[in-house]
Amino acid sequence: MKKVFKAEKISDNVWWVGASDWNVRNFHGYLTSRGSTYNAYLIIDKKVTLIDTVKAPFADEMLARISSVIAPEKIDYIISNHAEPDHSSALPAAVAAIRPEKIFTSVAGAKTLTAYYGDLGYTPVKTGDTVDLGKGKCAFVDTKMLHWPDSMVTWYDRDKVLFSQDAFGMHLAGSYLWADMYDWSVLEQEVRKYFANILNLYSEKVIALLDSLPGLGLDIGIIAPDHGPLWRKDHEKIIGLYRDCAEQNPRPKALVAYATMWNATKCCAEAFADGVRSKGVEVELADLNVCDRSDIMTKASLSGIIALGAPTMNNQVFPLMADVLNYLKGLRIKNKLGFAFGSCGWSGEGAKQIAAAFEEMKIEQPCPMKQVKYMPTEADLQEFFNTGAALAEQLLAKIK
Amino acid sequence: MEKFVCNICGYVYDPAKGDPDNGVAPGTPFAELPESWVCPDCGATVDDFEKAE
Repeated sequence: MKKVFKAEKISDNVWWVGASDWNVRNFHGYLTSRGSTYNAYLIIDKKVTLIDTVKAPFADEMLARISSVIAPEKIDYIISNHAEPDHSSALPAAVAAIRPEKIFTSVAGAKTLTAYYGDLGYTPVKTGDTVDLGKGKCAFVDTKMLHWPDSMVTWYDRDKVLFSQDAFGMHLAGSYLWADMYDWSVLEQEVRKYFANILNLYSEKVIALLDSLPGLGLDIGIIAPDHGPLWRKDHEKIIGLYRDCAEQNPRPKALVAYATMWNATKCCAEAFADGVRSKGVEVELADLNVCDRSDIMTKASLSGIIALGAPTMNNQVFPLMADVLNYLKGLRIKNKLGFAFGSCGWSGEGAKQIAAAFEEMKIEQPCPMKQVKYMPTEADLQEFFNTGAALAEQLLAKIK
Repeated sequence: MEKFVCNICGYVYDPAKGDPDNGVAPGTPFAELPESWVCPDCGATVDDFEKAE
């Protein structure tokens, strides 16, 4: 059975030929609550060009969408902006169906694609290189480490489309192609989550790229990312949101994330949170038993205070917390006030390992780590409340 | 002293500046970086570096 899917026109000469993955929920450990899309684009010019592909199981969907516009074998060029398999694993199937004259990718992209799929015949390009398509041309800009070494963006001058690969994207499968057809709060939530979980560690490079954008002199009509909806207006809103995410300025909010075995750490977390709230600072309690690490990272990115609590188990910090610490460290969160706490029976490595992780991450801990034996006493809980209130006051003073 | 560039992410090691955040004093030539040193931006090893043009 041949699948039936139609392409969707985005400008005079460009079509969206990607795929919607409505029900993906675990994207290499990132909870994609609203699914995602893998966006591929078809430029109809004298040289017909395909920009990026999709995840391998969706190759038929992409080829069916292409076929609704033009026979796939009429495609001359493929451009791979990003070699990660969600955009490239359909490349072998695409190459088999298309037999393209050339496949353009960055220098690092050629190496990465070769490692994944063997040598399919890549033509490496660098910043400033252009490819003439006949009536329009494609220009390339290297965006190394945003977010892989191979990442680059492609500019199609004829229709003023910036194919931005993962930049300005989000995991969101929906009925509409254009971002302006969604509620802004949904877009903001998904962009912040995407940035926090994928780009946060490269925040400085993002700021440098955003700073360089005006200098490129691009009169951008459409920003076409590799995931989620496209931007035909509100460019300043999405670019501003990216800058806000990258700056990581502290916000008047506290995340209290904890793991618990017999509710002792939970009681400490609740008392601390109540102390924070007593100073009018927003607080969010998250139990790691039910809260996904990618949501913890998103909440952490929005919080000026990160309080992490865990029991000690087998002379180690509770495993769920070890996972979160590893994740936060890799994503290089900064500008936070940290607080480590927990409950233990005898040895007490739990809170100590959290405090050590904060230190390694260079996160300031104005209040010393606090650990209780077995269950907190009423006096302990009062102390947790007071610590929460004190940290909230410090945060408010810092933000002023 | 010669600068070296990371082929993975583009970070440039400048011996004049060293990498004080990771315990490398200014003035340390690339060849004398400790074995455990990795690119501060992307974590690549010294094998991925080459002389800057």
